[in-house]
Amino acid sequence: MELLIKNGFVYDPINGINGERMDIAVKDGKIVKDVGSRAKVIDASGMVVMPGGVDIHSHIAGGKVNSGRILRPEDHYKDVEPKTATTRSGVGYSIPSTFTTGYRYARMGYTTVMDPAMPPLEARHTHEELSDTPIIDKASYPLLGDWWFVLEYLRNGELEECARHVAWMIKATKGYAIKLVNPGGLEAWGFGRNVHSIDDPVPNFGLTPREIIRGLCKVNKLLNLPHTIHVHTNNLGVPGNYLTTLETLKCVEDLANDGKPVIHITHCQFSAFKGEDWRTFESGAEEIANYMNAHSHVTMDMGQIIFTDTTTMTADGPFQYTLYTLSGNKWINHDVETETSAGIVPFHYRPKSAVHATQWSIGLELALLIKDPWKMVLSTDHPNAGPFIAYPMIIAWLMSRKAREENFKKLHKRAQKKSLLPSIDREMSLYEIAIMTRAGQARALGLKNKGHLGIGADADIAIYNINPENLDPSRDYEAIIYAFRNAAYTIKSGDLVVKNGKVLKHVPGATLWVNVQLCKPCEIEVDADMKRKFKEYWTVEYENYPVSEGYLAISSPINVEADV
Amino acid sequence: MSVVKAVTCPVCGCLCDDIELTIENGRITKVKNGCAMSEAKFTSHCCEHRVTKPLIRKDGKFVEVTLEEAVRKAAEILANAKYPVLYGWSCTSCEAIKVGIELAEEVGGIIDNTSVVCHGPSVLSVQQVGIPSCTLGQVRHRADLIIYWGCDPWSAHPRHIERYTAFSEGRFEKSTWRGYLNKMKALMGRKKIESALRRLAPKKRSQVMEHYERAPYPYISKEGRKLIVVDVRRTKTAEIADYFIQVEPNRDYELLKAMRALVRDHELEVDKVAGVPVEYLEDVVDAMVSCDFGALFFGLGLTMSSGKLKNVEEAIRLTRDLNMRTKFIIMPMRGHYNVEGANVVSAWETGYPYAVDFSLGYPRYNPGETTVVDVLLRKESDAALIVASDPVSNFPQAAAEHLTANPLIVIDSHMNITARMADVLIPSAIVGIEAEGTAYRMDHVPIPMKKVVDPPDGILPDEEILRLILKEVKKIKSERGHSG
Repeated sequence: MELLIKNGFVYDPINGINGERMDIAVKDGKIVKDVGSRAKVIDASGMVVMPGGVDIHSHIAGGKVNSGRILRPEDHYKDVEPKTATTRSGVGYSIPSTFTTGYRYARMGYTTVMDPAMPPLEARHTHEELSDTPIIDKASYPLLGDWWFVLEYLRNGELEECARHVAWMIKATKGYAIKLVNPGGLEAWGFGRNVHSIDDPVPNFGLTPREIIRGLCKVNKLLNLPHTIHVHTNNLGVPGNYLTTLETLKCVEDLANDGKPVIHITHCQFSAFKGEDWRTFESGAEEIANYMNAHSHVTMDMGQIIFTDTTTMTADGPFQYTLYTLSGNKWINHDVETETSAGIVPFHYRPKSAVHATQWSIGLELALLIKDPWKMVLSTDHPNAGPFIAYPMIIAWLMSRKAREENFKKLHKRAQKKSLLPSIDREMSLYEIAIMTRAGQARALGLKNKGHLGIGADADIAIYNINPENLDPSRDYEAIIYAFRNAAYTIKSGDLVVKNGKVLKHVPGATLWVNVQLCKPCEIEVDADMKRKFKEYWTVEYENYPVSEGYLAISSPINVEADV
Repeated sequence: MSVVKAVTCPVCGCLCDDIELTIENGRITKVKNGCAMSEAKFTSHCCEHRVTKPLIRKDGKFVEVTLEEAVRKAAEILANAKYPVLYGWSCTSCEAIKVGIELAEEVGGIIDNTSVVCHGPSVLSVQQVGIPSCTLGQVRHRADLIIYWGCDPWSAHPRHIERYTAFSEGRFEKSTWRGYLNKMKALMGRKKIESALRRLAPKKRSQVMEHYERAPYPYISKEGRKLIVVDVRRTKTAEIADYFIQVEPNRDYELLKAMRALVRDHELEVDKVAGVPVEYLEDVVDAMVSCDFGALFFGLGLTMSSGKLKNVEEAIRLTRDLNMRTKFIIMPMRGHYNVEGANVVSAWETGYPYAVDFSLGYPRYNPGETTVVDVLLRKESDAALIVASDPVSNFPQAAAEHLTANPLIVIDSHMNITARMADVLIPSAIVGIEAEGTAYRMDHVPIPMKKVVDPPDGILPDEEILRLILKEVKKIKSERGHSG
């Protein structure tokens, strides 16, 4: 199948292309140099052509996402998708059903989405749902920051053993990266406790979050994984936590060499709180941005608040419990044996709440004060800070001071006074937006064939109805929102799947995972060790734990050779 | 002869996956590690009450037909129906349920599962207040207080206690198996004393017995795991409990409310609540508040007695309140091995866990309106497909009557009562024995089910049969000129 996208304004930051008018040629699902005369032609004149969107952190599949769906029928009543000749029916808003999730991302021109938190024991569930999410390519990160094997091996200083077991786990769960959530805190939550700093020892285990973070950072390097460790910091959501975040960033500074990132801090907004309590609450974004501007070993994503009724869901059990006590809303808790935890609480962000309004400001301050867009990419930690369908609005806020001002007017006065936004003039360009929503995300993830339009890349392309020669995004931000909400064309693996915001076909997407190859005798040893200890740790059999490739609709392994 | 290990049992919500089967000549001859129900299902797979051939009712009698004919007839019934119901799903694989949902969407019907007669109220309560819970391994490793309320695992989930709760070995808590043996000995001793007293002094008996009944149970303050049972009668599980609370029938709500008050340090101004002396309640709540990790399991005693979802809601609120003082979880004892899977798959594909109505082209959920039992009672449906379930044997009579008064398609491995009333009956392979698939345990941990023997000749798994019917339905609709 050959495709030729003619004459569009191409934004491909990984290859340094900034709005050049050029043709993109596609053959057999890949970007190629040129195609024959029988190729299907898409006339992209007067339109922006970008790589398909990449989302580094969005909760779209698995146990807690689904419990969220069950918890909130009221979230679905108001937002339905009827069945059509080409698409399945579904429901949406903050926790859409799987078919709807795939369609809605594709309609925005997104083609790769990473589910950031998979409890390893329930990995099968995550994969079943991912396989049932059409069109987009996806992957998931197993939660390993509180896994008993990790805690024990790191406490005993057995780094290589730890690495081998982590490799086993990544393969068994068909995972993509090492995820840490409130490291140490989730194990403490097993008995209803928490950790309160990165040097607070984990009850019953004796090591500290600092040791877990450093240990897994080293493990990540030993295993040569494409992404860095993906960290949801300790003390998330606690006023004053920006200090914990800075300590977390500092604690792996010495592990960085050759200037490449060694840690990714996710939804940083929730970890950039200054102040002593909710009354003195203010933004710590400036301090974090200053650190980020002076260092290059960290990548981040925003976690931008949207003022709406949404659903919080994270693996941070103790934090979710706090949210329940703060809001009085219904609360689901789900601790997973040996491994991790989860909590779900519906939440409504209001501009007239001084705290929420400041949170809204924090996310944008972070993105605008951090000079290099490669370091800070766009996200809402869907659905925690807001549903992913709000991304076009965030793009508008980043590109247009006027758009920010319109929203600023609605904020609580105290938040307005404390916010740095009035002093920030920066307006991002389409090139920077392309970095924040695709190129930067793909690079942080280590995805070689995504997020760019160079020869050999996967043919995942989004074409938006924006003419950079006629449109001033700063003034016409409404047009920006509309264009990014309804892609003119979305092409996935060389297949035209969306036209003018309408989904043309229901096709499966691939599930990416890392096939970590250890040295042969190590593989055998790790398998034997796991087998021996399994019954002691879990309530399922060793044989029934790993997820077979059959659960992935399209399995797309990335082979990686470890240094152990 | 071969031995297959790590087999997942397809019976109850425990979803034990450590079963070892011995297979000789295509038949399971020995079952190791399984409870009585497990052994019965595994060893009877070939021979008892199997449906062996596709059947269609013609002139009131079952006639053997080819699979193609049965599929065609089933597809016609569904495609021509205005408001069909597709029910059951709890004893088959998630893969089959996915096809079932697609089929329901295609024919604009309702897809509902056995939650509607079992833990439906629990789902409704969760939708009101949420639920603090965990996986069963957390209970095994950490729980030092276990409460079974309105359920009898000794009979219904036989290995629950030994695999996950009081008699299991955890990292932080040991099994209380030995304590149980001692208690059984003491119980035998006491029974001997009672029968001796009965023989020796019939008149004085009541005084002595009263003394026994008033003495506080010593086990509530012991070390190690404690087991508390709350029920309307002294069940087998109650016999092995450290503390048994006999609640008056239909009064669980009051008892839960009273416990919540005690957890919050309120004084109760009555002597008894729901038939239980307040001093006993205070002992129990004291144990609950001072434990390290408590787990409350509940069953139909709460979901199907007066109050229904309000009972479960109160139990969940009690658990939430306890989380202010200590760590506490609550979990429904799901009955069928994959009813949780039916809820889970339904939720991720449609947004709702059961009672999903596709008649308007998109998923709608309104228990009471879209639940199958209510639809049948209001005589609104005009056809039905029953998969892996036996509604005629357990639905209200009026509902079962309407079910059988209309065209009824049944896909099942066994000739149960519903199958006997079918208009089209298609035999299926037993998931977990003759067909593989995925199932979800009561704590929604997904576990793969194995295929260990071949099904009888010509019999397919539910998943495949449903796919054939779906294909045929699409064909019929396109022949009719309908789109989508």
